[in-house]
Amino acid sequence: MSEAPLVSIKNLHANAGETPILKGIDLELRAGEVHAIMGPNGSGKSTLSNVLVGKPGYEVTGGEVTFQGEDLTDMDPEIRARAGVFLAFQYPVEIPGVANNYFLRTAVNAVREHRGEEELDAIDFLTLLKEKMKLVEMPEDMMSRAINEGFSGGEKKRNEILQMLLLEPSFCILDETDSGLDIDALRIVANGVNQMRSPDRTMLVITHYQRLLDYIVPDHVHVLSGGRIVKSGDKSLALELEEKGYGWIDGVEEEGASS
Amino acid sequence: MASANPDLEKLAKQDYKYGFVTEIEEDRVAPGLTEDVVRLISAKKNEPEWLLEYRLKAYRRFREMLEDENGHPEWAKVSYPEIDYDEIVYYSAPKQEKKLESLDDLDPELRETYDKLGISLLEQKRLNGIAVDAVFDSVSVATTFKGELEKHGIIFCSFSEAVENHPDLVKKYLGSVVPYSDNFFACLNAAVFSDGSFAYIPKGVRCPMELSTYFRINAAGTGQFERTLLVADEDSYVSYLEGCTAPQRDENQLHAAVVELVALDRAEIKYSTVQNWYPGDENGVGGIYNFVTKRGACRGYKSKISWTQVETGSAITWKYPSCLLIGDESVGEFYSVAMTNKRQQADTGTKMIHIGKNTSSTIISKGISAGHGDQSYRGLVRMGPKAQGARNYSQCDSLLMGDQCGAHTFPYLEASNPTATVEHEATTSKISDDQLFFCRQRGISEEDAISMIVNGFCKEVLRELPMEFAVEAQNLLSVSLEGAVG
Repeated sequence: MSEAPLVSIKNLHANAGETPILKGIDLELRAGEVHAIMGPNGSGKSTLSNVLVGKPGYEVTGGEVTFQGEDLTDMDPEIRARAGVFLAFQYPVEIPGVANNYFLRTAVNAVREHRGEEELDAIDFLTLLKEKMKLVEMPEDMMSRAINEGFSGGEKKRNEILQMLLLEPSFCILDETDSGLDIDALRIVANGVNQMRSPDRTMLVITHYQRLLDYIVPDHVHVLSGGRIVKSGDKSLALELEEKGYGWIDGVEEEGASS
Repeated sequence: MASANPDLEKLAKQDYKYGFVTEIEEDRVAPGLTEDVVRLISAKKNEPEWLLEYRLKAYRRFREMLEDENGHPEWAKVSYPEIDYDEIVYYSAPKQEKKLESLDDLDPELRETYDKLGISLLEQKRLNGIAVDAVFDSVSVATTFKGELEKHGIIFCSFSEAVENHPDLVKKYLGSVVPYSDNFFACLNAAVFSDGSFAYIPKGVRCPMELSTYFRINAAGTGQFERTLLVADEDSYVSYLEGCTAPQRDENQLHAAVVELVALDRAEIKYSTVQNWYPGDENGVGGIYNFVTKRGACRGYKSKISWTQVETGSAITWKYPSCLLIGDESVGEFYSVAMTNKRQQADTGTKMIHIGKNTSSTIISKGISAGHGDQSYRGLVRMGPKAQGARNYSQCDSLLMGDQCGAHTFPYLEASNPTATVEHEATTSKISDDQLFFCRQRGISEEDAISMIVNGFCKEVLRELPMEFAVEAQNLLSVSLEGAVG
């Protein structure tokens, strides 16, 4: 029947610092699929993405995560990245003094080396970079500027998607990529993401709002609440949530505090 | 959030690559500083009477300073046990039977030492167009490319040779920028300096290659007191590089050098240093005390002196490469990266003394502090009463790693001319866990990420270095910084 999932999350429990946040997540992401995770503030959405990429400060306390059949939780973050796990950050950091293009080439070559491919020299890289920059409508002068320094919110998010396009990960996690974007920037970002949709790749789109899912149409929608997935469905679930909020779903813990 | 970087712990134990000792026969005088020792050093070098007199004047002044409770500089923000100047060996030289006729006569052990350091003294295996003067303990052991340079009328030799062959030039300029009585360590140097490098670039000559001095302290319990004098005559240009290493030893060794630069009308001197003396271990045992006086005089109209330094080594660094901007429209520049890790201390900066009209100066100082490192930027900008239209721009940035280190900025400004303009900017930043994680999430290892961020921080200084040196400096920064975050 269907082949093994690309990413398999089983009964995942995790802490942020000392606080238990994820309380038993089960998810199977198959190649070619786009999954959306929705949920109220504080439901554990960002913790899930941070745990998947191995951010220090987050600890897996139970369950397992496999990626391409291998245990992900034992890998260092940079090894996960090279193996093809990518997180588009909700709040991309600025790194003064480090030129974007230099950084991107270093990252691309780290990934290529891991795949046993030859390093790209400056010229070949520039060709590739220009091609990908067009997809997210990035002006060329942004590449010689320091990473995200002085970038607008929209430019930072476009830069994240550009990195995804360059690194060609097989597991893409987008953490609230729509936050802080106006409608034009949202369209550009979604367009970049859609370019990446392919039968060998899976995506986990974490979002608070249905709006993004008008542009990046998911195959599956999951509602996360209190550290568990309380409901799953197809894209119509997102529309339903938009209309009715989260209150009608059994098991959703209503709370006002933002994450 | 916890910032656990256990991997970095082991990287922090990175060995000092140049910590080896060369077994070589030495000619050394007994420890201690007396008038007889000064006379002995002078006699060993067959010096003329005037130079002996110069040394003795300095020696007597040094004795006075030693007695005077204000004689020793106490203002620097560094701390170390009192130095017993009578325990130091003031002269040590590799024993050589006769004068070298060519580089082939050089002791093979010595040549091997320089090979290990990556400095080839053999001209046929030369680095591209860099003439090297190698100083081992107290004396200059080899100078390459002399013939090539002579064709242009350029003099580049050891200080001792300059005294012998060009006494008038040495007499004219020695102590003219840094008087023997300038400060405690300069005074000590004037009394006991043993060798160093000398260069003279004649009028209108653009030196066709980089001149370079490589300093190596080898013998135990020895001070190194070298003297560098560089004179760029009218309309000339020279780029000069200085590198330093020392073996790994448990005791501290004193290095008190003096560098004097003179630039005449429209002459330009670019002086670059990559200082990598042994820094001591993580408990602060051993390492070099680097107490150095470096000063350049822009005597001529439109002359220019540019100091670039990358300071990664030494247990303690006390160093303020400075410019006296005497000639109208002369230019002084100071570009510095200072790194302190482990228990290193650095009090470093510059002085820009604006005397002539329309003189300008730029100060870019980048301080990186990690581990238990502690460093201070100390800089003086003085606008003299006649410095009409003088300008200074200063930028001092500090980067901190971890929470055990310190960074301080002490800018001094004295303006006695209302038309002078001075700008000063200062920032302090940290490498954040988020920045590191961002890089790692893109597949870049933590150490590469640190090195990338630090090099980005130092970029404005590193790009001032000649190419070969810039690469060396970048590698050095990476090695010195590994394990710095945690």
